[in-house]
Amino acid sequence: MWPCMKLRHLQELLQQIDDFHKPKILLEQYATPSHLASHMLYTIQTQYGDIDGKIVADLGCGCGSLTIGAAALNAGTVIGFEIDTDALEVCYKNVTDQEFSSIDIVQCDISQDLFTNGWFKKFDTVIMNPPFGTKHNAGIDMDFLKKAIQLSNNSIYSLHKTSTRNHVLKFATANGATGEVLAKLQYDLPSTYKFHKKSSVDIEVDFFRFEVIK
Amino acid sequence: MKLITHNMLTSKCMKGVTVGYPLKIQAVDVKTSEVDFNPEFISRLIPKVDWNVLCEAAESVGFLDDLPRELIENYENDVDFLKKAHRVLLEVDIINGELVCPETGRKFPINNGIPNMLLNEDEV
Ligand SMILES: C[S@@+](CC[C@H](N)C(=O)[O-])C[C@H]1O[C@@H](n2cnc3c(N)ncnc32)[C@H](O)[C@@H]1O
Repeated sequence: MWPCMKLRHLQELLQQIDDFHKPKILLEQYATPSHLASHMLYTIQTQYGDIDGKIVADLGCGCGSLTIGAAALNAGTVIGFEIDTDALEVCYKNVTDQEFSSIDIVQCDISQDLFTNGWFKKFDTVIMNPPFGTKHNAGIDMDFLKKAIQLSNNSIYSLHKTSTRNHVLKFATANGATGEVLAKLQYDLPSTYKFHKKSSVDIEVDFFRFEVIK
Repeated sequence: MKLITHNMLTSKCMKGVTVGYPLKIQAVDVKTSEVDFNPEFISRLIPKVDWNVLCEAAESVGFLDDLPRELIENYENDVDFLKKAHRVLLEVDIINGELVCPETGRKFPINNGIPNMLLNEDEV
């Protein structure tokens, strides 16, 4: 076990983070619920020591919950990447409110190559809750994973729909990383994302760890 | 935007750009914010960095101070040097200004410390 702040404290911190004001469905904007985000980050640090003193990237950082959580667990530096100006406004406010100075944010489109050119293998750890590619953007989840593997010299932690597990594992191997499922989660998606009558729907999501093949 | 981030940003995938590095910094507002000093982390960060580009960037925003322009030997054991590198890499923060592509002159605005690297479809 690696040293880490208390799980309860991490979750309390992440609960204070302001969410998307007007979530954009096409960008699949929903924050990782604080209990999931805190468990993910806690596992990444206590089981693998992949946050404390590491250079960490958060792809599609949104309002910044994973970014801020990683900073709270003493990442050397966390760089969050996000496409959307409105999300970044909230993110900027969250980061400023929490006074974490080890965070930097870049606005960019992760599907564009511009993004990976200068960052190739510079990160120790990449964390992300990518869009699942269910909103006329099929394949964006694998785009994110591909970029994550290019950026990382060690490990990647990500969420993907359980229904795509085999595809994700094969895709990772073909792109230079081996994957394993650390946990299966019930993800409570707001109904707006599912065109559903119920107020929310649970979908099954895998919490993955990928290790870059060296 | 920290200078570690600047050190890695390029405009290479723009149409007609071959290197796109380093981006010029036109800073309007620069501040420094204290970041916990972790000598082991800085030692691991330094080899990932283009040192010349870092020094030039620091100089262009007025924060080179007495940082050596040549990377010294055995820097892992030189706390004084690591502290200077730490300051320039992580503590100098460009709040407002622009990054400029060295080949096309395309400007990327920096607002609230966040550089906007988005390109229009006709630029890629
Ligand atoms: C499921 S949300 C996760 C938000 C945040 N990381 C969290 O855990 O709370 C996915 C995020 O990816 C962003 N996104 C979608 N497409 C993107 C792209 N092409 N480039 C960068 N960010 C993108 C969305 O705006 C959204 O903030």
